[in-house]
Amino acid sequence: MIKPKRPKLELLSKVFIHKIVEEAFLLLERHGVFVENKEALALLQEAGMKVNDADGRVLLRQDLVKECLNSTPSVLKVYDRSGTKEFVVGGDAVHFDPGSAAVTILDHATQTQRKAVTEDLIRFTRLTDLLPHFHFQSTGLISSDVPEEIADVYRLYICLQYSSKPIVTGTFRVEGFKPMQDMLVAVRGSKERLAEKPLAIFDACPSPPLKWSNLTAQSLIDCSRSGIPSELISMGMTGATSPVTIAGTLVQHVAENLSGLVIAQLARRGAPVIFGGSPSSFDMRRGTTPMGAMETMMIDVASAQIGKYLGLPTHAYMGLSDSKVNDSQAGLETGIGAVLAALAGINVVSGPGMLNFESSQSLEKLVIDHEICGLAYRLIEGIAQRDEPLALDLFASLGKEMQFLTLPHTRQWYRLEHTFPMITDRETYDAWLASGKKSMADRASEQVEKLLLENAPALPGETVVRELHRIMLAEATKAGLSTLPLSITPD
Amino acid sequence: MKDDMYEKMARAIVDGQRREAERLAREAVEKKLDLLAVIQSGFVPGLQRVGELWARGDYFLPELMSAAESMKAAMAILQPELRRANVDTPSRGRVVIGTVEGDIHDIGKNLVASMLQAHGFEVHDLGADVKLQKFIDRAQETEADFICLSALLTTTMLGQRRLIEILGEARLRDCFLVLVGGAPVTQKWADDIGADGYAENALEAVKLATRLVERKKGNRP
Repeated sequence: MIKPKRPKLELLSKVFIHKIVEEAFLLLERHGVFVENKEALALLQEAGMKVNDADGRVLLRQDLVKECLNSTPSVLKVYDRSGTKEFVVGGDAVHFDPGSAAVTILDHATQTQRKAVTEDLIRFTRLTDLLPHFHFQSTGLISSDVPEEIADVYRLYICLQYSSKPIVTGTFRVEGFKPMQDMLVAVRGSKERLAEKPLAIFDACPSPPLKWSNLTAQSLIDCSRSGIPSELISMGMTGATSPVTIAGTLVQHVAENLSGLVIAQLARRGAPVIFGGSPSSFDMRRGTTPMGAMETMMIDVASAQIGKYLGLPTHAYMGLSDSKVNDSQAGLETGIGAVLAALAGINVVSGPGMLNFESSQSLEKLVIDHEICGLAYRLIEGIAQRDEPLALDLFASLGKEMQFLTLPHTRQWYRLEHTFPMITDRETYDAWLASGKKSMADRASEQVEKLLLENAPALPGETVVRELHRIMLAEATKAGLSTLPLSITPD
Repeated sequence: MKDDMYEKMARAIVDGQRREAERLAREAVEKKLDLLAVIQSGFVPGLQRVGELWARGDYFLPELMSAAESMKAAMAILQPELRRANVDTPSRGRVVIGTVEGDIHDIGKNLVASMLQAHGFEVHDLGADVKLQKFIDRAQETEADFICLSALLTTTMLGQRRLIEILGEARLRDCFLVLVGGAPVTQKWADDIGADGYAENALEAVKLATRLVERKKGNRP
């Protein structure tokens, strides 16, 4: 049997990749990076790098960068909450997760964006948990009903309770790491077991161009030492915070990623790091950062190709839209992005559910995008040879009717060869009329309610819930909060 | 000959040729031209043309910003000369501007600061992640007309409201015109928090500030 060919999209020639990477090395060596974190600066200094005390600029020698590149694993694994389901992040594996840290949610009934509250977080988390094409959960919404200083811990708290999937998350402040780590340890049982079976990936975003803030550098160091994978979110904006050319932006993207990787490796050799980002084309008229622009997707696809060339797991922000509602633009930008990401073999693809330049989430869009991810997965499965010969024998077994519907062969293969959409309209016109002339967003909204109603929340064991609650309450108390919002307290 | 030079000055701004704008400004100083006339008839018409090209949709941010930078460069040469000659330079108003604390985004703020400066405002740019009290302190020190607050995040946007509250508590609210901007900011938000104005983009901000400062001057007894 002939194996399916995995369709693969590559935008750069080997020569071009080589050129971009070489320039990134030179950029780090000659211009360097700005590091605003004392511990990171000390690590770099210990490794013999020259640090400019005045502005925290560090020149990174090529040999160190290459050494760190060599000590970074090319494949990492994350596990679900139970620790039984393993996800390989590397090679051409593709894992979709919702776009993270939206500040508003699109309210379907009113079609307006409003601030998210705890109830939204729970619904978002549960819904993501119920949609199988999302392999990972993300702490996708920021809850406005808790103080800002505990928002990072709080979203992980909700996530660990209402989802069984591995989580993509991150800190908003240096102090956020400890309680977040404690919560993950509470689920796994010990620090060692958490390092053995990571449950969460922490995003760390350098500030373009070429700067690691105190917070992000600390996150890299803390994660590295705890065995939590760091995902580097480099995000140059062409012509604004990075060179206007795509190739020029790629040089900066690679340099920022490599410098983050160096900090992580110096904190602990062998620490898992994902090469990634959320770069974007910059709209020269409005000053916005369109994630749905083709150029944005080209930067993503090309950077992932470079990440693979460097032998690293890869990430990108794709499969999202800048539209404000679930309209054609939302579908087309998300659809193109998800398909390109899958074809490019990007390991972690963050984006589904997101609207409005990564600032808004929509439960309806999450369901629609889940459908899109399903199509993308089907595409990269490719075309398989199921029989030998392919069809000749079938024709011999056809009866007078000359149809295939009742053949055992049809029944044997149709569910494997074809996928079945959840909410895509494939009705006849009359059937569509009869069912109320609903739009895809309307059907998605019904699906949201149906899924949440028909499925019980995926809660962890009682002792874990209690421990999570204890950690959260301690953080809340520090922030001057005596109780937590809504009925999320155990017992 | 002078008209020819004015046209070159305008051209330098329209084309965003910073070096050329500086060269022409220096030439004007050396030739002892009437520098106020140089600004009004040479450089400013260039900036006006840039505004028109932007409004028509022909110009984008790179053209707009390089024009503003060229204008600022020329003014940096002309203004000290004017001061030296004790000529009252026509500052349209004093502005303290920055991105509020907790927010490191400053592209939008830089656009506004640059355009205001290019249009003759005296701009004190405090940068990004600026403590609210610092805005007020600096505004008092410089006797500013405007405090301009930028925020890109809905969380930091609250700082804009807070600043207005602090001004009220300190009985300073009437001393400054507070303008707000940033991606999540809307006219409604500006109205809700009692700001004096909101602008959608940098050029609108210039128009708004000009309008308000003229009204303010008109109100003076």
